[in-house]
Amino acid sequence: MGLTGLEIFKQLPKKNCKECGQPTCLAFAMQLAAGKASLDACPYVSDAAREALDAASAPPVALVKIGAGEKAFQIGNETVLFRHDKRFEHPTGIAIQVSDTEDVKAKVEKINKLVFDRVGQVHEVNMVAVANDSGDAAKFADAVKTAQDNTAYPLLLISGDAGAMEKALEIAGANKPVVYAADANNYEAMVALAKKYEAPLVVKGSDLNNLADLVEKVVALGYKNLILDSGARELSKVVADQTQIRRQALKLFRPFGYPTIAFANNDDPIMESMYASTYVAKYAGIVVMNSAEPQHILPVITLRLNVYTDPQKPIAVESKIYELLNPGPDAPVLVTTNFSLSYFCVAGDTEASRVPAYIIPVDTDGISVLTAWAAGKFTPETIADTVKKLGILEKVNHNSIIIPGGVAVLSGKTAELLGCEVIVGPRESAGIPSFFKQRWLNK
Amino acid sequence: MAVTIAKERWTSKVAEMTLGPKGLKVGGESTLPFLHFEGEMPNRPVTALEVFDMEPQDWPDILKEPFADVLNDPVAWAKKVVEYGADMVALRLMSAHPDWKDASADEVAKTAKAVAEAIDVPLIVLGCGVEEKDGQILPVVAEALEGKKCLIGCATADNYKSITAAVNGYGHSVIASSPLDINLCKQLNILITEMGLPLDRIAFDPLVGALGYGIEYAYSIMERARMGALTGDKMLATPIVCFVGMEAWKAKEAKDPDVPEWGPQADRAILWETTTATTFAIAGGTIFILRHPESMKRFNAFIDEAMKPNAY
Ligand code: SF4
Repeated sequence: MGLTGLEIFKQLPKKNCKECGQPTCLAFAMQLAAGKASLDACPYVSDAAREALDAASAPPVALVKIGAGEKAFQIGNETVLFRHDKRFEHPTGIAIQVSDTEDVKAKVEKINKLVFDRVGQVHEVNMVAVANDSGDAAKFADAVKTAQDNTAYPLLLISGDAGAMEKALEIAGANKPVVYAADANNYEAMVALAKKYEAPLVVKGSDLNNLADLVEKVVALGYKNLILDSGARELSKVVADQTQIRRQALKLFRPFGYPTIAFANNDDPIMESMYASTYVAKYAGIVVMNSAEPQHILPVITLRLNVYTDPQKPIAVESKIYELLNPGPDAPVLVTTNFSLSYFCVAGDTEASRVPAYIIPVDTDGISVLTAWAAGKFTPETIADTVKKLGILEKVNHNSIIIPGGVAVLSGKTAELLGCEVIVGPRESAGIPSFFKQRWLNK
Repeated sequence: MAVTIAKERWTSKVAEMTLGPKGLKVGGESTLPFLHFEGEMPNRPVTALEVFDMEPQDWPDILKEPFADVLNDPVAWAKKVVEYGADMVALRLMSAHPDWKDASADEVAKTAKAVAEAIDVPLIVLGCGVEEKDGQILPVVAEALEGKKCLIGCATADNYKSITAAVNGYGHSVIASSPLDINLCKQLNILITEMGLPLDRIAFDPLVGALGYGIEYAYSIMERARMGALTGDKMLATPIVCFVGMEAWKAKEAKDPDVPEWGPQADRAILWETTTATTFAIAGGTIFILRHPESMKRFNAFIDEAMKPNAY
C-alpha cells in the first residue's frame, strides 16, 4: 500500500537482468506498485531492501488485538479521515475505569450490566480499566485479580510502575490485557513485560514529538504491538492530536501507524460522556471513562453504532411485525421499507403521535422507499407477500394497510392482490401524527 | 524527533452571516471544526432555544418544567430564553398548523412582532412545517419584522420563492431546508441565490436526525459540505442550521421517564440533546436550535473547551 513505483525502484538492485520476467527493474517496480507482482520474483533484492519494502506495504494503521476469549476485540486498520470516504473499520473500544482504592467488585458488576439492546442487536462496553491509584503494587494486583475474576471483558492495566505491572501481569497476562503505559522513564521495562505476555502496549508521549521519539525507541527494541497516547487531555488538544495522528498515519509516517487511546475521564459525568462521544467520532481506538451509569454510557455506545455504520451499505432492520405502544386489533398498519432510517423515522413519528400502531417493513435490501420503488423492490407484489407472510391482517379487525404517500401509485394493485383497503399515507413520516388525527382516528 | 505537522491549505471559507439588532455574527470559518491549528473559527457555534406560540402538546414534563409559568405566553417565554443565556430565540409558529389553530398570517405576524420587540437578541422565526401554509405566512411575518434582521424558515424546494422574495425585501436571512442529500442542499442554495439573495444571508438545514435515529447521515453531509466550502464550492459555503431539540426530544431515550436499564431520565435526556448537538458541532454545524436550557448550558461548556487554541 502507498509506495509509488519510483520509490520501490530505488530499493531494487538495478541490474536489469530480466530474471523477474520484466524487461527492466523499473518495469518490475511498476508491477509491484500496482500489486501485480511479488518481490520474491527478484532473486537479487537485498535483505535491507526487502525489510523496507515490507514495512512500507503494512497498513497505515496497524491492527491490534485486545484480550482473549469471546470478548476479545480488534482496533486499527483504519484507512480514512472521513467516514464518507469509505468507512471506519473497527469501532472504538469503550473502557470503564475502576480504581484500586475503591470497591472493585461492586464497580465491575455495574460495568457488566452496561449491555443495551437496540432493534434486536446487543451493544456493550468492551473493557475494564484498572488504575493503580494507590501506588501500591500488592493492592493493584488484588484489584486486577478481583476485576478478572468478575468480568469477561479484557482489562486495561494502568500503572506507571513496572514492578506493579509485572505483578498484575502475572495474574492477568495470559488474557492479553492492554499495558498502560510505556513512557520516557520506564519504556525498557514495560516493553520487556509486554513482550513476555505478547500484550498490546500503550506508548505515552508528553506531546506528538515526544511520542514519535518513544515509538521509535520501542520499535527499535523489537516491539510493534502498540497503541498511542499523545498525552493530551484537554478536549481541543485531543481533537487536534487525534486528527494529526490519523493524518500522519495515512501519509505513512510510521511512528504514528498504530491505533490510539483517549481519556475522557472527568468528575462531571455529563462532560465525560460528551468528550467520549467526540473521541469515538474523532478516531480513538479506545476511549476511557469513569462513569458506569447507563445514562452516561448509552449515548456513547449509540453514537459509536451510528458513526461506525458503513455509509455504502445501508443498514436494514428485520422484516417482521413491530408493535408500537401496545397496539390492539383496531390499530393502523403502516407499511414501509426495511431501510433502518425509514423504519426509525416511521417508528419515531408514530410514537410521537401516541397512536398505537403496527409497522411492517418490507425487505428491500435496506434501501429507502423511493429508491426501492424505482429499483422494483418495493412493489405491490413484495408488499402483498410481506403482509401475507407476516399474517398482519389476521391480527387486526379493519382489513386495511397504510402505504407511504410517495408510492401512492402502488395502492390499486396492492389492494387487488391483498383484497384489503390500501390507504395512502403521508409522503414524509413527519406527517404521520397529523395523518392519524385527520384520516385514521376519524375513520 | 520533530513531527512535521500536517496542515491543509484551504483556499476558501464559510460565508459569515450577521443577525439581529446587535449584529451577531455566525459562520466565517476557514478550517474544519475546531482545528484551530490550520485556520480560523472567528465565531463560535451559536445556540437558540425554541419558543412555541401556543402551549406545546407533546413535550415531556422534564422539558416543560423550565418554562412552566410561560408556556402560554410567547413573549414571556422568549424573555426567559434570553435569561437562560441563549444567543438567539427561535419562535415556532405552531398555531398556524391546520391541525392546531390554523392561525392566520396576520395573527402569527403579530405574535412574532411582539416577541421581536421584547428581546435584544436575534430572532429566528420558524413556520408550522406545512410547506404551503409556511409559504403564505412567512412573507407576512417577514414584512412585520422589517429591519430586525431575523433568520426565517424553513424554505423548501416547494415554497422558497415567496419566502425568499420577502426575506430579501425586508432585510432578513433564510433557512433553506432539504432532506438529507448534499446535492439537494446545494441546488436549493443555488435557486435562492438566483433570486438575488446573497449567500451570506442563507443558512442550510439538512434535516438532521437525532443520536440513534440517523445522526450519521447529516453528520457526513456536514463534513462533506465543509470540505466543499473550504475547497471553494461557494454554494455549500453557508452556515448550517441544526434542529437538534426538535429531533432529540422525539427519541424515547430522551422522552421516556421510566426505563430502568437506561438509567434516570434527567441526565439521559439532557445527554441525548447535547450529544446530538456536539456531534454536529464537530462535523461543521453552526446554528444549534435546542429546547432544554440545561442542554444549552452543557453544550456551551463543551464549546468553551473546543474553542481553546490548539496550535502546535
Ligand atoms: S530480477 Fe531484480 S534485478 Fe533483475 S531485472 Fe528484475 S528487478 Fe531488476
